[in-house]
Amino acid sequence: MTYQSEITKWQSGTLVALRFLVGWHLLYEGIYKLIHPEWSSIAFLAEAKWIFSGLAEKIIGNAGLLGTVDALNTWGLILIGTGLVLGLLTRPAAIAGTLLLMLYYLFNPPFIGMNSLVPMEGNYLVVNKTLIEAVVLLLIAVSPAAIRYGLDMLIKKKSSNS
Amino acid sequence: MAADKEKNSAPENSGSEEQSKGLGRRSMLKTLAGVPVLGLFGFQVLRKINHDKQHNRKMEIINELGLDDLAGSVKQVKPVSGDLIRLGIVGWGVRGPQLAKALGFMPKEQYEKIMKTGTPDEKAQLESLQKDGNLNVAITGVCDVYDAHAEKGLEIAGSDIFTGGEIARKHPVKRYNSYQEMFADPDIDAVIITTPDHHHADMTIEAVKAGKHVYCEKGPVHREDEIEPLYKAVMESGVVYQLGHQIPQNAVFQQAREIFNRGLMGKISQIDTTTNRNTPSGAWIRHKYNNGDLKPGDAKSIDWKQWLGKAPDVPFSIRRYYSWARYFDYDTGLYGQLFSHEYDAINQLLNIGIPELVSATGGQYTYDEFGQIPDVLHTSFEYPGKGYTLTYSANLTSSKSRPRTIYGMDASMTIGGEMTLTPDRNSKQYADLLDKGLVNPSDPMLHIRKGADLDSAVDAVSSATNQYYADRGLISTSIKGRVWDIAHLHLREWLDVIRNGGQTSANIDKAYEEAVTIAMADISYREKCRTAWDAEEKKIIRI
Repeated sequence: MTYQSEITKWQSGTLVALRFLVGWHLLYEGIYKLIHPEWSSIAFLAEAKWIFSGLAEKIIGNAGLLGTVDALNTWGLILIGTGLVLGLLTRPAAIAGTLLLMLYYLFNPPFIGMNSLVPMEGNYLVVNKTLIEAVVLLLIAVSPAAIRYGLDMLIKKKSSNS
Repeated sequence: MAADKEKNSAPENSGSEEQSKGLGRRSMLKTLAGVPVLGLFGFQVLRKINHDKQHNRKMEIINELGLDDLAGSVKQVKPVSGDLIRLGIVGWGVRGPQLAKALGFMPKEQYEKIMKTGTPDEKAQLESLQKDGNLNVAITGVCDVYDAHAEKGLEIAGSDIFTGGEIARKHPVKRYNSYQEMFADPDIDAVIITTPDHHHADMTIEAVKAGKHVYCEKGPVHREDEIEPLYKAVMESGVVYQLGHQIPQNAVFQQAREIFNRGLMGKISQIDTTTNRNTPSGAWIRHKYNNGDLKPGDAKSIDWKQWLGKAPDVPFSIRRYYSWARYFDYDTGLYGQLFSHEYDAINQLLNIGIPELVSATGGQYTYDEFGQIPDVLHTSFEYPGKGYTLTYSANLTSSKSRPRTIYGMDASMTIGGEMTLTPDRNSKQYADLLDKGLVNPSDPMLHIRKGADLDSAVDAVSSATNQYYADRGLISTSIKGRVWDIAHLHLREWLDVIRNGGQTSANIDKAYEEAVTIAMADISYREKCRTAWDAEEKKIIRI
């Protein structure tokens, strides 16, 4: 077995499927927040620990700022999710998604001694699903194969044709 | 396998044949691969929204209970109309400044501090007040026996949040050395009485005789023999009287009343009311700061004789001055201070009126250094004619919260800052719903929160005593998405009735019922006897 720069269709297909799945997830997270106007990031922020707990408190304490954060979060998720599903501006969307998910992770990391009061569906030590999803998006961002099967190809063609 | 391989490189390097032909069909399909995924996503989202609509347990229950119009029972905030009302406030210790704030009068620094560091709930209250809370009043009279408090009053009265002090420049604020002087002044239209309880009846009587409308803090009287003269004076005067119980203005209460009126609880046989606090300040030990230093004030700066009024003559005491609620000479303690709110809450909901029999037990087991009030107190108020008992269980040495609960044969209700309605497992009315599993006895079938957008507000309340008041529904309410200080709404109602006629929520009839009920309990505890109410003779009988 030798290493080569070529990858199989199965591999590139799986990468694209991964892009659809993460995109679908983030898009629905955004849409959910949009159609439930009572949703607010306040419950998440109130649970914030570690380096961002002070910032979270500031956001909670300022109604205007909280509204902005909620709106940015909702629309950020929708735009990133749509970008990933359609393959439109895939790389910027994947990078933005990685950063957003890392932010979620850092606001509430499952480190030793930082127990969450909110019951979770699994058990985590340092690594949780948010971190994994962030790294998946990073993988998508750095894999040209993941960018196939998307509207980006159209843009590329157009720009190369003109 | 070789055919399956493709280059892990930028997309433009693949499919060179297609490139030469422009965009081929295969390439186009690849380009649009995300579109069907997005279509499937959209389809699933629409299915989900539709499913949630059809299987919304909350809506199903609300429809089953016939409560889809419940929000209509909430009294809307009325616009202000009518001439300027000139107010005089007697008592500028704690409650006076709070009520002035509810009217929109506070020092600029206080306003700025709340906007900067206040809780979301406090800020939202101030925003509502500033936008739509100008009640067209001026505080033109300030009266307090303590110079420092009177000076604070002058500063507050001169600083409103609507015009930046323009009101005070047009209508200058005057300090009166006695309440008699203030009530005699024709330049005062209405008065707010926020003094210790032993002055409430005399001041109210004098004010209404001078034709002033009265907003008086609870309890309406201190002693039994003040009740009839107060009632008579207010009834004869024709002025507008409002007792300082803001609970009826709480939107949650108005909805709870509707639920009860529609018979959704079944027969009620027991009502539990409670007090649960665990701080010296909560036990009204208030003559020292937290660091142990005595609060200011002495015989020179406080007109002690006037403060005592008709209470027994004793030398000046800083303890008595600040911690007066602990002394039976000036107050009925837990009954006047806190049970009064509990009673009013239940009376506003169920119209319970005056009990037939009352018995009280308890004692001063912890805070026994001075004053007489008990720190554990149990009182039973019997209504055999109506078929229920109201209990009041108070504890000043544990803050373990026990909700205000009304027990019905079909459902029980807890009511405070929020309301829950939980079906009884043996309910006949809800047998079908229980069988279907739509409701269950371990979960509330209805939960009315103060305002979903401010769920966190109560968590951020600053002090233990504040938390107590918030839990009991006494701080703020949410109406049409706006948060209001409910004391503001209570004052607003009073001023509206003064200008436009009608009835106040906590009018003299309600005050009368409360005064008799408190007096019966107070006598039962202090004189260690049961008390009964002779409704014909209008007299409390010791048994």
